[in-house]
Amino acid sequence: MAYLLQHVVNALQWGSFYALIALGYSMVYSVLMLFNFAHGDIFMVGAYIGLFVATGLLALGSAGAVALPNWAVLVLTLILAMALTSVVGMLVERVGYRPLRRAPRASAALTGLMIGITFETLNLALLGAKRRSFPALIETTSYQVAGVSITNTKIMIVVISLLLMLALDQFVRRTKWGMAMRAMAVDIFVVPLMGVPINTMAALTFALGSGLAAVAGVFFGQAYPVLEPYMGMLVGWKAFVAAILGGRGSVLGAALAGFLLGFIEIFVAVVFPSTLRDLIAYSVILLILTFRPYGFFGEPYSARLRL
Amino acid sequence: MRRVFTALAVLAMAAALVSSGCAGRGAPPTIKIGVNAELTGDIPKVGESCKRAAQMWLADIEAAGGLEVGGKKYKVELFIEDNESKPESAAAAATKLITQDEVLAIVGPNASKVAIPAGEVCNNQKCPMISPWSTNPRTTKDRPWVFRACFLDDFQGPVVARFVTEEFNFTKAAVLYDVASDYPKGLAEFFKKAWEEIHGPGSVVAFESFVTKDRDFSAQLTKIIASGAEFLFTPQYYDEVPLILKQARELGFDKPVVGSDSWGSAELVKLAGPLSYGCFFSTHYAAAGAKGATKEFIDRFKAKYGEVPDDVAALTWDSMRIVEAAIKAAGKITGDLATDRKAVRDAMAAIKDFDGITGRMTFTEEGDPIKAAVIVKISNTGEFEFYKFVSPK
Repeated sequence: MAYLLQHVVNALQWGSFYALIALGYSMVYSVLMLFNFAHGDIFMVGAYIGLFVATGLLALGSAGAVALPNWAVLVLTLILAMALTSVVGMLVERVGYRPLRRAPRASAALTGLMIGITFETLNLALLGAKRRSFPALIETTSYQVAGVSITNTKIMIVVISLLLMLALDQFVRRTKWGMAMRAMAVDIFVVPLMGVPINTMAALTFALGSGLAAVAGVFFGQAYPVLEPYMGMLVGWKAFVAAILGGRGSVLGAALAGFLLGFIEIFVAVVFPSTLRDLIAYSVILLILTFRPYGFFGEPYSARLRL
Repeated sequence: MRRVFTALAVLAMAAALVSSGCAGRGAPPTIKIGVNAELTGDIPKVGESCKRAAQMWLADIEAAGGLEVGGKKYKVELFIEDNESKPESAAAAATKLITQDEVLAIVGPNASKVAIPAGEVCNNQKCPMISPWSTNPRTTKDRPWVFRACFLDDFQGPVVARFVTEEFNFTKAAVLYDVASDYPKGLAEFFKKAWEEIHGPGSVVAFESFVTKDRDFSAQLTKIIASGAEFLFTPQYYDEVPLILKQARELGFDKPVVGSDSWGSAELVKLAGPLSYGCFFSTHYAAAGAKGATKEFIDRFKAKYGEVPDDVAALTWDSMRIVEAAIKAAGKITGDLATDRKAVRDAMAAIKDFDGITGRMTFTEEGDPIKAAVIVKISNTGEFEFYKFVSPK
């Protein structure tokens, strides 16, 4: 029992990353009808920005300028990384996607791939292939609860991720901005006629998605403190799968699918040899999509949706 | 005018050739040894270490007044060729050393990608060659004239199995490795085989894998913890080891973690920090904490070149001394190159229990040494410290 619970705890943490990143894919996809394939690399950029902010703040502290307690450094790192990565996301939208808004969708998808590769190679050129170690900002403490090992880092990652997802869900459903986003998902050409500034809304969508990716990046740095330029590739692809699995336009769906993906990956590795993990995990997802081609909460494409 | 110069130059060269030929026949023949090193190209540090160790060896011989073979002292000459760390240049350098410089034996190249083609040339031309550092099986495979001074990667499996058995008396092992990468996969399988030979089938209680680029090992580690393993062997690189250590400790695994020579990078300690302290891994050579002849070599090298010798320097030193031992064991220098080369090769293949600074060696039929590996302990300050020699059997 404790053995199974331990796997559940592991899966919750692993799923949090997929969920946080999947939200960014899902939002951009539903609002602008475009796959932002650079999103995995925006996650990487977020992690590196977090790394530089954190080391910078710690260096300030040890130089005696502003000595902050570590939890404050973490909070500041999260906020600054979110803000700066949002700016990166908005730039990507402005430079990469806005000029292509009326171009064929395939061109926009290619742009995404290109931007992703640019981020990776730029990082490689500027910082080298050297691995970077993310400083541990909170002292990791392990708790043994009924034979299950839980660390404070794990609790923090899962709880804050869930809170952010909840906040985003409320934002999309209850605010005017959220309403405008949902409206754009239905018809991007009529919405501006109602006085909605679609450029601002597109930028906001990218900013929100990138901000969440930055949180995922900083948390990733806390849980898996070896950073490298290609860290966003595989995680990004898998989170993209989660976004599709969740269904277009559903914040709840993307989050749930992210966690589901984490659970499938961990539990397949528990039962089968870990070599077969991805093969089995993604066959299961293929099967799910065969029966629910629009994902869990997605709506079938109809006249209501622009396509 | 130009023609006159050309003619003069040709004449001068001919004269030089004739005179050197005469001198060669008159005086006792010198012993010529070739060094095929990566002096330029992508790993110049390797070539530099190799060259320095070879020159240090030559200085020793010169100080002793020459190399004594069969009661006669011979002058020794080194021919150091640059292989630019390129396969075609390495083959060309080997050909030049064999046919033009007429060396008796060749030391180097070091890297496998250049040692393999150079080994082909040496084997075809029947000139003994010993590579200090090449770990690829193909370097010596089916080549009676080619030897090496380092052990093969796979060899570390039995070494680690034996070390853990002797040191901790453990009987239950766990392995975590990257199934998509040749080196860890091979090593994991060889370790499993060796461990089960000692402790019986089923004594590797967890044999878990992941694929390159994976960052989360919690599922595998939870299984390993539940399996009741007494230690974890993970032949991974600095990319994964820090994450494996961190996640294992957080999940409550407080038992020893052991690695292989892929751990031997300063990056590992930098990334893993105190988590890596106290861990063991197997490797070719360790400078810190060395004793006896190894320490003496390190001190002399440091005094001469101002830096701690790396594994290439240590293995080159052993290679030079293996060549020296083989020439001595051959008994005499006839002056006929083909005969002498054959004698040196046979003597090298017959070397038993050669006392090298990187361990005691005896060659197998393939020309690979059976030798002890070094077990390194990561100290509490993050230094790689020599712990002990362990031989596989």
